[in-house]
Amino acid sequence: MNNAFIIGQYVPGESIVHRLDPRTKMVVIFLFVIIVFFANSFWSYALLAVFSLACALFTRIKFSYIIKGLTPVWFLIIFTFLLHLIVTKEGDILFRIFTYPVYAGGVMQGAAISLRFFLLIMVTSLLTLTTTPIEITDAIESLLQPLKKIRFPVHELALMMSISLRFIPTLLQETEKISKAQASRGVDFKTGRVKERIQAVVPLLVPLFVSAFKRAEELAMAMEARGYQGGEGRTKLRELKIQQRDILVFGVFALLIVGLLFTRA
Amino acid sequence: MDISFKNVSYTYQLNTPFEHKAIEDMSFNIPSGSFVAIVGHTGSGKSTLIQHLNGLLQPTAGEVAIGSYRLTAEKKLKDLKELRSKVGIVFQYPEHQLFEETVAKDIAFGPLNFGVEQQEIEKRTAEALKAVQLPEGMLERSPFELSGGQMRRVAIAGVLAVQPEVLILDEPTAGLDPRGQKDMMEMFKRLHKQEGLTTILVTHSMEDALVYADHVMIMDHGRKYMEGSPQEVFVKKEELKRVDLDVPEIIQFIFKVREMFPTDLNYHGQTIPELAEELGRITRGDIHE
Repeated sequence: MNNAFIIGQYVPGESIVHRLDPRTKMVVIFLFVIIVFFANSFWSYALLAVFSLACALFTRIKFSYIIKGLTPVWFLIIFTFLLHLIVTKEGDILFRIFTYPVYAGGVMQGAAISLRFFLLIMVTSLLTLTTTPIEITDAIESLLQPLKKIRFPVHELALMMSISLRFIPTLLQETEKISKAQASRGVDFKTGRVKERIQAVVPLLVPLFVSAFKRAEELAMAMEARGYQGGEGRTKLRELKIQQRDILVFGVFALLIVGLLFTRA
Repeated sequence: MDISFKNVSYTYQLNTPFEHKAIEDMSFNIPSGSFVAIVGHTGSGKSTLIQHLNGLLQPTAGEVAIGSYRLTAEKKLKDLKELRSKVGIVFQYPEHQLFEETVAKDIAFGPLNFGVEQQEIEKRTAEALKAVQLPEGMLERSPFELSGGQMRRVAIAGVLAVQPEVLILDEPTAGLDPRGQKDMMEMFKRLHKQEGLTTILVTHSMEDALVYADHVMIMDHGRKYMEGSPQEVFVKKEELKRVDLDVPEIIQFIFKVREMFPTDLNYHGQTIPELAEELGRITRGDIHE
């Protein structure tokens, strides 16, 4: 498995970002994702970049770790940049790469879009880096509370999410185990024609589904045996509470939005 | 097929911060036709070790030799299929690998992958089913409607149908009732003799290692801790205790007897009834004197 890929991985810590209410983090990041698209001048981008770098620093996670973890995404970012370089034909010709002209507008556009992309991915990965999956589901349940009025099964949705998150590593383990067993029986997952390789997936998927269904059934039985009956009247072990630091963060974020409005071209 | 490890190490996720040494500097020989038990605690590297035997893992240092086949860190693996057709592995809970619509198809899956002809496959399927003591009427049933023990037997038949020369068993009796465990081990013993297999048994059970193996290897923290015949290894109470392993019951009993009575009773591979008889002889002898 590729462990260089950190998106979705939690890094335990005690920083202020770790201790923020997960709802605060989610709301701020959700809004950030929107306002990133409003930036259109050098200073507005600079402001957003400074904000996200500050967030990253406050997590106390090694910056090199975050950057390295985004390695698979770098490819996309660079690809976006090059695409803009080639396609956009605005402004003056800056220089030529073997007779192919590169326009100033292309560089600007490319840089802006890649930066946008980078900021989006970095900030959203900060959420999962500093928040346990359980906290995220708790936050979603709490944020979706108003939907209960229209009979949306919020608690059930949150439960489904936390169960699926919980079983991802288990399923990965299971996949590895079964693929090894089938490889020992002569299945070749790595070479051969496309058709053969697609067929090779069947002996992997069937046992995986069988065990997943079995596990689901056992889990449901265990939950019922312990008297689980949904969200009605259920108290929580981890109560979410908005604290001073959360209000502070919202304040800073409001300032960011104001600043963005002023620096927009 | 002779098997030998020369200074083999394996490290998971080499060159990452998550590096984890699973086996370290292991060297040993398994001559063709022997029945070897590998004993050790969870996490001692047993499962990693056996995965080297059919090229599922490649050593990160050292050399593994299986017959004429060589696995080293540098060489790229090829002809794995041939190796895998000669080394069959029965993984832990092998029933989890069943997937076909019928028992017959599932057993035939391995031989089919290794390019065995249709007629031969049918012959082997029938033989394998007989070897695991399942009735022939089972061939057309779905493997998913069988009982747990039957499913395990079908999965084992699937490995046997490939007709491997080396059979590796990773805790084959886990989760079976005592009767099922004994039946299963007796079945492997019979196959070992009948087919002239080289059998490697990974187990937690000292009793099974004592009764069935002719060579025992004890692993601890990724290293070979002790090796020898069961009679040699299992009487070393102190050494076993150091790695939290127990002496098999029958030997424990002999130790107890020796502690309490002045006798030179020794373990030399006797079964429980034989030991009882021996004790009878000794006590009767005492009376006569």
